[in-house]
Amino acid sequence: MRHIISILLENEPGALSRVVGLFAQRGYNIETLTVAPTEDETLSRLTMTTTGDERKIEQITKQLNKLIEVVKLVDLSEGPHIERELMLIKVKAIGAQRAEIKRTADIFRGQIVDVTASVYTIQLTGTSDKLEAFIEAIGAGCVLETVRTGVSGIARGEKVLSL
Amino acid sequence: MELISGGDMLVRALHEAGVEYIYGYPGGSLLHVYDAVYKQSAVKHVLVRHEQAAAHMADGYARATGKPGVVMVTSGPGATNTVTGIATAFTDSIPMVVISGQVMSHLVGDDAFQETDMLGVSRPIVKHSFAVRRPEDIPEIVAKAFYIASTGRPGPVVIDIPKDMTMPNERYEYVYPKKIKMRSYTPPQRGHSGQIKKAVEMLLAAKRPIIYAGGGVIIDGSSDKLRALVDRLNFPCTNTLMGLGCYPGTGERFVGMLGMHGSYEANMTMHNADVILAVGARFDDRVTNATSKFCPDAKIIHIDIDPSSISKTIIADVPIVGPVGAVLDEMMALLDEAGETPDADALETWWKQINEWRQRHGGHYDKNDSQLMKPQEVIEAMWTATKGDAFITSDVGQHQMFAAQYYKFDKPNRWINSGGLGTMGFGFPAAMGIKMNFPDDMVVCVTGEGSIQMNIQELSTCLQYGIPVKILCLNNGSLGMVRQWQDMNYEGRHSHSYMESLPDFVKLVEAYGHVGIRVEGRDQLPQALEDTFGKYNDRLVFLDVAVDETEHVYPMQVPMGSMRDMWLSKTERT
Repeated sequence: MRHIISILLENEPGALSRVVGLFAQRGYNIETLTVAPTEDETLSRLTMTTTGDERKIEQITKQLNKLIEVVKLVDLSEGPHIERELMLIKVKAIGAQRAEIKRTADIFRGQIVDVTASVYTIQLTGTSDKLEAFIEAIGAGCVLETVRTGVSGIARGEKVLSL
Repeated sequence: MELISGGDMLVRALHEAGVEYIYGYPGGSLLHVYDAVYKQSAVKHVLVRHEQAAAHMADGYARATGKPGVVMVTSGPGATNTVTGIATAFTDSIPMVVISGQVMSHLVGDDAFQETDMLGVSRPIVKHSFAVRRPEDIPEIVAKAFYIASTGRPGPVVIDIPKDMTMPNERYEYVYPKKIKMRSYTPPQRGHSGQIKKAVEMLLAAKRPIIYAGGGVIIDGSSDKLRALVDRLNFPCTNTLMGLGCYPGTGERFVGMLGMHGSYEANMTMHNADVILAVGARFDDRVTNATSKFCPDAKIIHIDIDPSSISKTIIADVPIVGPVGAVLDEMMALLDEAGETPDADALETWWKQINEWRQRHGGHYDKNDSQLMKPQEVIEAMWTATKGDAFITSDVGQHQMFAAQYYKFDKPNRWINSGGLGTMGFGFPAAMGIKMNFPDDMVVCVTGEGSIQMNIQELSTCLQYGIPVKILCLNNGSLGMVRQWQDMNYEGRHSHSYMESLPDFVKLVEAYGHVGIRVEGRDQLPQALEDTFGKYNDRLVFLDVAVDETEHVYPMQVPMGSMRDMWLSKTERT
């Protein structure tokens, strides 16, 4: 099963490499990874998606918690949560295709952020599933390039991940 | 306000952290620090002949004393030479602080002379690591390193110091923190009371219990508490390779070591148990054999300070995260409160069964009348000669297993071996680290002619510092454990397990200024041992003892089997 693990990490050089190194060294899988400083400049917030059965995820969270620089950790998929990923996608847009792609982008609430005579660059936000559904809808054949930020997530309601 | 240089800060901070000895080797990036070492006498430095040995010396010191061992090496090759030693300490949860020099900050990343990314190289094998970026941070980093290395589940910590952090003419205010508090690191202080209560109820209801205790008991300094619990409950106790000595090896409730080369009775007791209390042990693959077949009837209570050790390989029914000592205290208090005792009739039946198992094998090996000795009897003779009271270090292989099986450890911190990583070359420098700190105790390195050659250069260090350790080399002219596996699984094809052209060890150690004694046959052993611990007590003695190269270590668990599936000899299987 897919899990979204959210971590408050000391914002120090080398901290991220310990997290990533742990996954490589123990044979865990990282599907996506995003990291950026928080409003508290001593902390970074890191979100990663990984897959595995319950035992594996339990080991992953325990091993992550052992890293000295990991301050707090939560598995967002254990409760209600919001997840978002941003994608920039460059597609071939010529002739009749242009209108069709524009309509599809509208349906997915995407925005065309750059235009040339033959190319649209579209910005799309949503769950990973939604981004994949968009690619399927416009047809993989016209996709020139995609770039995705990876998943960011936050718990619903009053639950917060903070010190 | 006194201002001092980074190099002086480092040495002063080490002193404040309680360091007596640094084991190390100088080099370009550390010259300022070595000058600071020269100018004081509070912290003593021991010059090794290879940096790997420095790490093992520090490790031996740490295992025997419980205090972090300290290593100091220069950048590049100096640092990378410690990698095996750091990994050895990491796998066995040994507190260690490794100070590695680094090239000048402005050269880092330029592939400078003797530059290695030591933090990167060591990342998977340290508990934590620090890079010094400002000289004034040195005292706090040192204090944190010792705190992290020695608390919770201990482990090695690396401090990487670029040369420009230690410049003699750049001086800063020295402030050593009185107390360390880290928001992201708070090792548990006690176990969960509800879980401990559940565990005690389970123990009281057990009919076929066993207590399986590992290195965590020794690390926590809780052997007395474990002994009290075992004796109070009248339960059998087994120890892991790392746990030997936490329950007395000659104790009547001790059933021996368990696992791949565990005793028949320990493995049978485990397999047939209905309740297993695991204390500071981690269900290592060399203990469990095939996890799918592990102890089918057992409910498992698992005490460990590291939550990631619990339910990693074997699922615990009652997990308890906490320091062994605190949890055992609470268990004893609950037992006192309940005033109950385990089912005496059930235990009597259980002990009857265990004693039958003891009769069946009980550490048997085939002695014969030939002068060429079996390795087991050499260990037994050494046990007698040292009255079972020596610090015994070992290298890795058959000799290690024979020492674990036939030297009965009655005290904790006396059996010093690389149990987890299995590092050949560990035993001799580890013994040196111990002997320097326990000059009045007997310290013996049990080794083989293969392992000893992996750090034999330290004979020179022993001469320099006068370290009279005893080296007992079980010389069978082959890499015994490899050879055993080749006998058992490769139809006796001894691919590269045979050691041709061995040196004359007696001449070799004499060249280093020590005493060498060659023992060819059984008749010569008693005198050789007497001389080793008598006449030559204050000398390093290398006892080179010829032993039977065809001997195998038994019992040996059958691969992919359960705990009870064992070879008991070359011909007998359970």
